[in-house]
Amino acid sequence: MSESVRFRFNVDGSNFTTAGQASVQVKKNLRELGIPAEAIRRVSIAMYEGEINMVIHAHGGEAEVIVFEDRIEIILSDHGPGIPNIELAMKEGYSTAPDNIRSLGFGAGMGLPNMKRYTDDMKIDTELGKGTTITMTVKF
Amino acid sequence: MTVKELAEREGFTPVCLPDPERVIEGGYCGDLLSWVMGRAKSSQAWITIMSNMNIAAVATLCDVAVIVLSENVSPDDGVKETAEARGINIIKTPMATFEAAALISSLI
Repeated sequence: MSESVRFRFNVDGSNFTTAGQASVQVKKNLRELGIPAEAIRRVSIAMYEGEINMVIHAHGGEAEVIVFEDRIEIILSDHGPGIPNIELAMKEGYSTAPDNIRSLGFGAGMGLPNMKRYTDDMKIDTELGKGTTITMTVKF
Repeated sequence: MTVKELAEREGFTPVCLPDPERVIEGGYCGDLLSWVMGRAKSSQAWITIMSNMNIAAVATLCDVAVIVLSENVSPDDGVKETAEARGINIIKTPMATFEAAALISSLI
């Protein structure tokens, strides 16, 4: 059995324009590991959406990516306000993002739905006032 | 058609072309970044009026061949440098998104 490879990143919550740096780095790292292109695409899109969410709603957080033999796990943790209604947040088009974020082309209510669409499994653990941890799995 | 060939056409101006021989195999139009990210495909020309830094990340993750900024939009400060460093081609045009898409579609 081979050992899993881990990447850890801090997601800076103060700068919206640099959001996505961790996802871009992960894409590069996965390429170097020879992971199939479609799996890389799914991981990086899901992770970028998660990063953007952390910047918009939670002042940043931590991202961890674990590469197994047959799958990749992405764990995004923040200490933000938590998600009051997960069912509503999962609806395409539902968004609580402020107007300045919308003017940048985000806040279309596609973040969580895209994360679910592009991964094989997604689990949301959230507690109001404490934070949110999202665990996603992409199989290949 | 390569990105360089598109950049040389009348009506298109290169902003930065770090990967000019990249072949354009289709196109996608859209300004909502999450929407684009879920739908644009590798090697497409992405036509948009969005000019902020996040377009560089979206283009990288979707692996598009080129960002085409329509309606004479110029990239915000720092976008060109980031795109250059990440190998993302950017071209601008005064054409509206519809016109640019129709023209690119006829060329590829």
